[in-house]
Amino acid sequence: MAYSEKVLDHYENPRNVGTFRDDNVDTSELGTGLVGAPACGDVMRLEIRVKDGMIADAKFKTFGCGSAIASSSLATEMIKGMTLDQAAQISNTTIVEELNLPPVKIHCSVLAEDAIKAAIEDYKKKHAK
Amino acid sequence: MSAAKSSPIEVSTPEGVQLPIFMDNHSTTAVDLRVVHAMLPFFTNHYGNAASRNHSFGWTAEAAVENARGQIAALLGGDGKEIVFTSGATEANNLAIKGAASFLKKQGNHIITVETEHKSVLDTCKRLQREGFEVTYLTPAKDGLVTPEQIVAAMTDKTILVSVMLANNEIGVVQPVEAIGAAIKARNPKCLFHTDAVQGAGKIPFDVEKAKVDLASVTAHKMYGPKGIGALWVRRKPRVRIDPIIDGGGHERGMRSGTLPVPLIVGFGKAAELAKAEMADEAERLERLRTRLLKGITAKLSETYINGSMEHRLPGNLNISFAFVEGESLLMALKDVAVSSGSACTSASLEPSYVLRALGVGDELAHTSIRFGLGRFNTEAEVDFVIDVVTKSVERLRTLSPLWEMHQDGIDLNSIQWTPH
Repeated sequence: MAYSEKVLDHYENPRNVGTFRDDNVDTSELGTGLVGAPACGDVMRLEIRVKDGMIADAKFKTFGCGSAIASSSLATEMIKGMTLDQAAQISNTTIVEELNLPPVKIHCSVLAEDAIKAAIEDYKKKHAK
Repeated sequence: MSAAKSSPIEVSTPEGVQLPIFMDNHSTTAVDLRVVHAMLPFFTNHYGNAASRNHSFGWTAEAAVENARGQIAALLGGDGKEIVFTSGATEANNLAIKGAASFLKKQGNHIITVETEHKSVLDTCKRLQREGFEVTYLTPAKDGLVTPEQIVAAMTDKTILVSVMLANNEIGVVQPVEAIGAAIKARNPKCLFHTDAVQGAGKIPFDVEKAKVDLASVTAHKMYGPKGIGALWVRRKPRVRIDPIIDGGGHERGMRSGTLPVPLIVGFGKAAELAKAEMADEAERLERLRTRLLKGITAKLSETYINGSMEHRLPGNLNISFAFVEGESLLMALKDVAVSSGSACTSASLEPSYVLRALGVGDELAHTSIRFGLGRFNTEAEVDFVIDVVTKSVERLRTLSPLWEMHQDGIDLNSIQWTPH
């Protein structure tokens, strides 16, 4: 199976890799989504840094195939600058279209969507009180 | 010396190394040029039908086919008359199992095989189950081996066939077929023993007499011969009878009708002859290369796990899990090196390798497995390049892996509530 140019680009030059843990960031600004399972062959961790209701920054790490890495890399790019509500609206089909993912790789985009939602959920939970 | 363009890791290609490198010799092999040269006249000059009994074109073709039978039988320790040509090993396995089951169905309906067998054995057995046969699938030990005792314990008075492969295509583990054959025959001389010898024949010593096998499947393209030709060795003394699965002109003693592909058969014969003559030297060389590969990788990377027995293994096989790095993403990084993975993402079924599962390898490690298949044309320089690109790629992908980070932090990954999907 050939990979699309965009998948290859994100795989070889992934954007926003890492964690905010090392950056001395106020943890109340952070939300983390950890989705997937090692036994299923993919795990994504997406961290968002929220300022004034906007996603100011995002970082990820992914264990998974090239399409999973590309999907999460793309997701961090997409959500930066969005409000939490806007980011929560992102659907996996946008990622599928952007990366030209074949049907067998659609679950990678679903996982990226889940990671975004889980990160937002985590942030909101922290600030629910 | 040049670094690959746009590659996220720095690797240089040593002098004399041509990219891409083929290190997937369990999937297939390049045809040896000596084999090609042997085949060529049978495309152009000697194109007769080996079944034509009344002119010289036919006689020449027939003589070449008979010569090839002898060459293949010599590799297996049998007689040329016992070779039944097929389209490949999938057909040979189908013919052996379906043919034996059909012929022996009045004698019994029980078949024994192993969970790590090739799909052409397992799926054939599954079909027979739907037709009323009972099949026992033995689970190997963690090192991939089954024991003669396990097989005898599973045998009943209804057992008509035992099918155990000589060497596994994923993990290269070599089964103790001689001990297994002896044990089967001691329990019931009438029970047939079939071995899928595809990966082992021509690579390691194997003798149909010593192993007491009745049926053995082989194929040319795993031993530097052409694709499209295989054979089932069918014992004549005492005579083993099987029903054909393809009917027609009664070729191959009625067991496999169809015009023989003479050039392919000539190539198969030559490949078998070369494999026999060069086996000892080649095995020693491949084992040296494999040791170099293994040491090179493990010297630089921690958290690597070998799948299957190292002691009972094909000399050219190495199957390693690189924990915390998903196999397909690693294959993507190794774009100039042809290897394969037990990761689900590389299979149509989205399930990780059933062979590794049968060994009790956890799915999380099965997803990270890579199979290296060294062969006749791999060089030391290629191995060194592969070591370099594998270690650098694994290191890079581990920096992307949240699991690697957690592992480094001392977090037990089993303590986390994952969300399987």
